[in-house]
Amino acid sequence: MHEPANRSVRALPMLSNLMEIGSRVQPFSKESREKAPRIRDAKVVHSVCPYCAVGCGLNVYVKNGKVIDIEGNPDSFINHGTLCPKGSATFQYTVNASRTTQVLYRAPYSDHWEVKSSEWALDQIAQRVKKTRDETFVERLDDGRVINQTQGIASLGGATLDIEENYLIKKLFNAGLGIVSIENQARI
Amino acid sequence: MPGLGTTLGRGGATSFPQDLVNSDCILIMGSNMAEAHPVGFANVMKAKDRGAKIIHVDPHFSRTSAVSNLYVSTRAGSDIVFLGAIIHYLLENQVYFHDYVVNYTNAPMLIREDFQDTEDLNGLFSGFDPASGTYSNQESWDYQRDEYDKPLTDPTLQNPQCVLQIMKRHFARYTPELVESECGVSREEWLQVVQALVENSGRERTSTLCYAVGWTQQSKGVQIIRAGSIMQLLLGNMGRPGGGVLALRGHASIQGSTDVPTLYDLLAGYMPQPAEMLSTKPESQHEPTSTTWGARQDKHVHKNTQQTLQEYIDVTGQKLGWWSNVPSYIISLLKAWYGDAATADNDWGYHWIPKITGDHSHINTSYAMLDGKVKGYFLLGQNPAAGSTNARMQRKALAQLDWMVVGDLYEVESAAFWYKGTNGEKVDPATLKTEVFFMPAAASTEKEGTFTNTQRLLQWRDKAIDPPGDARSDLWLIYQLGKRLKKLYADSTAPRDQGLLNLTWDYEMEEPQPDSHLTDEPDAQLVLKEVNGYYVTQTNSDGQVTQYDLHNAPHVPTFTALKTDGSTACGSWIYSGVYPEPGRNRAASRISDGKMNLDWGFAWPANRRILYNRASADPAGKPWSERKKHIWWDAEQHKWVGNDIPDFPPDKAPDYRPAPDSTGMDAIAGTDPFFMKPDGRAWLYAPTGLKDGPLPAHYEAIESPVQNALYKQQSNPAAKYHRDRKDNVLIELGDPNYPFVITTYRLTEHHVSGPMTRWMPWLNALQPSLFAEISPELAQERNIVDKGWMVLRTPRGEIEARAMVTRRLRPLRIRGRIVHQIGLPFHWGFQGKSTGSITNDLTHSVLEPNVSIEEAKAFLCDIRPGRLSSSEHNVGRKEH
Ligand code: SF4
Repeated sequence: MHEPANRSVRALPMLSNLMEIGSRVQPFSKESREKAPRIRDAKVVHSVCPYCAVGCGLNVYVKNGKVIDIEGNPDSFINHGTLCPKGSATFQYTVNASRTTQVLYRAPYSDHWEVKSSEWALDQIAQRVKKTRDETFVERLDDGRVINQTQGIASLGGATLDIEENYLIKKLFNAGLGIVSIENQARI
Repeated sequence: MPGLGTTLGRGGATSFPQDLVNSDCILIMGSNMAEAHPVGFANVMKAKDRGAKIIHVDPHFSRTSAVSNLYVSTRAGSDIVFLGAIIHYLLENQVYFHDYVVNYTNAPMLIREDFQDTEDLNGLFSGFDPASGTYSNQESWDYQRDEYDKPLTDPTLQNPQCVLQIMKRHFARYTPELVESECGVSREEWLQVVQALVENSGRERTSTLCYAVGWTQQSKGVQIIRAGSIMQLLLGNMGRPGGGVLALRGHASIQGSTDVPTLYDLLAGYMPQPAEMLSTKPESQHEPTSTTWGARQDKHVHKNTQQTLQEYIDVTGQKLGWWSNVPSYIISLLKAWYGDAATADNDWGYHWIPKITGDHSHINTSYAMLDGKVKGYFLLGQNPAAGSTNARMQRKALAQLDWMVVGDLYEVESAAFWYKGTNGEKVDPATLKTEVFFMPAAASTEKEGTFTNTQRLLQWRDKAIDPPGDARSDLWLIYQLGKRLKKLYADSTAPRDQGLLNLTWDYEMEEPQPDSHLTDEPDAQLVLKEVNGYYVTQTNSDGQVTQYDLHNAPHVPTFTALKTDGSTACGSWIYSGVYPEPGRNRAASRISDGKMNLDWGFAWPANRRILYNRASADPAGKPWSERKKHIWWDAEQHKWVGNDIPDFPPDKAPDYRPAPDSTGMDAIAGTDPFFMKPDGRAWLYAPTGLKDGPLPAHYEAIESPVQNALYKQQSNPAAKYHRDRKDNVLIELGDPNYPFVITTYRLTEHHVSGPMTRWMPWLNALQPSLFAEISPELAQERNIVDKGWMVLRTPRGEIEARAMVTRRLRPLRIRGRIVHQIGLPFHWGFQGKSTGSITNDLTHSVLEPNVSIEEAKAFLCDIRPGRLSSSEHNVGRKEH
């Protein structure tokens, strides 16, 4: 089998008009001349690996509104461009046909999902929160001590989220609604 | 992380992985670092190239063991025997770093005469109440104190009540013989470890200790971390380059979610959540007295009641050391939360913060759910149906909910539990009431925001593109939900709704993000600004006061600017300084300089990279050695200088001595590196702050094949056992039906229960299915063949896995008996592109007393060849 042409092309200076395959010298096609790394004209966006806490720097390459590749950031003193298998697969984590990208709703005792709008879901969730909170809120213990809490709602998760997200979760749920069971993966 | 927090002052890794190249010896224990933190491990390899000795102590031979200079195979759950024997050796042979220990630790402090040790009480410390299973009275653990409440000391370390002497007695029976019989480690191997550490510690050399969840996921995890930290303190390795304790964290921002935090018992920056414990007994009748926020109708006085902000500060703050600043941190937090509605007259809105009344941690909450007490649940990027201990119980608990919201990228097990079961088990949706809202989440590349990594480093991510379809950031979800709730409650005058109505909640983007079609996304930079802190009012030299809101306020430069008068707001004081002025988000700064990289990201607190680095210099302020210099006192400039940001008041001279009656930071001497502690010293012995004793003591795992050789007390007396739960049947000592020790761990190619990896063909191709590692001896004993199926069973559940028969697990000889250990990854579930049994179906729900973490690293099971019957009959299931 012949080696694919573009492998040889890469080895040659891009300005050359000729390319060599085996022993034969051939003219460059237009396509070959224009060949360049996919990421050449892509916008580079700086990110951080979403998996473990080593915190490897990522370069996210964006072209035409699409992420086309994700690599380790060579400038990062943490990873110097390297990534482990998980970090290297961040692209497939984000660009993946199996992702659920619609709001899904399962009614009580129903056997299927229904697709809903975000607006509808948010309204419904807000109503559920209010109803449950109003039904379960405790202002005082029997001995009179004020506790202003509800144990009727709980929240779990945060270690994969952003600091800003964690902050708003604690602020709304705890300082606003009086939910006490706000927890995350630090506990497991 | 109370293990580190109680010992040293802060719950974070004391150093950073890149500093490992400065280590002369690296002990990795409770971690498979090469596999779980691969890129961080590259620094270990660099250190090895430079001549450092690498030691791995673990039940399971792994990639980490393979490249270490020394691998020691040990029994899961025996860590404190191993470490306790090292501590004993250092003390007995006087090879600890004397000048460091006597000056920087509480070794010289005198403990009360009525303190009784585990040696006196056969495995219990004084103050244990068997009825409640807690140390309800810890007064005897305390220091002997003078009239100013300051500890009495004996710098000669001879007084029998001084910490060092108490430790000598406490660890006297932790001997090499015991290591042999309990850990299954030969004394020669153990001695090699000790000698490597001793040879590579001291003035000229330093050693690092790395640990991960191999320690934390045990019923005495905090005390194992304490034992490791005590060892490092005795060796003089804390606060120094190439030294310290590196807590290796497993999620991108698990440190951040502990700092900010989303934990029930903490407010921002490690201030405790206000509490009114149900168990606190009223002491006497009393009439309402003056409180700052209206009439209080208490009929009883509770010891340590936290009804007012002042009471909260009295209970949680400290008169001495850095925590004397609690008033400015908590008031600034209340200003950040409640804005103008927080005033001195209403206690800054303190009463709106809910008080915890017990243990509301994750697993306890799951039980409350199971009992029908929790009606609604938010699951944001977490997957308890597969990822939490006793997962079968977790799935049952989800089925008791009225409603739940799942925010994730993929339809994880916790979102699908109502129609799908594990291993082909049938689930009938018609019997399950839970209403489920699945809110598709944005990926980390589709939103901007900050992660805090394992070295306390905040790193900002820019947004690459909009999320697909209706997927949105969790920031958006919470922000929009908050807006709706405020609207729903808008007309309420009920006192209990005023906290919500007064909550500051305006994070609108000033201009839309470029290239984005999203118009209602909140501004993450504004949230970060609030976390950093801002001026609510500023007074100029003419006395003119300017009032600000979050959008136009000047940023506070750092936490020392925070005030108690309500003029500052700050969402998390330890993060203050990350965004010190407009346009200068230091988390987004990316300048590598090849040295300390102080301009790459921002490390809390105040960008200090090695914590407690005052200890890198001797008491006089000079580096312990030229080779290990880090920061030092410059007498001419009258300040601390060096390679790092000093983790010490910048102009406090080494010869500063506090007056006997001094308080706050004035009480901290120029030789006190651990100034978060009230006495300025690292706590070898913890006179307060822990629920299971002032010193680490070896207890067997809750499920163990052997009796505790040290004490009558078999397992951690203060653990939360949940014995009354029928889904939490525990294996009793000596039960012949469950003879094998099992330990769980991660693989490089997957992440926790797989919600971020099992939908990805690249990773599934590398690690396609669940397997269990067993030794050839055990395989033969149970007729299990390599790559064949096997079933693992505990009273909580049964799972199936492929057998990997391997020498990586070795039978250990414990007290003349062979103990087999099994290794089991835990990344699978019934959703995704690669499916398999849920390892967490096997684990129990006994929790560590301080942090309520389960014990997945050491428990018992039985095994047999073959498959689960439900799988065999499930024709549609994909075979590997
Ligand atoms: S690339 Fe690997 S080592 Fe680096 S942060 Fe991601 S998961 Fe951790």
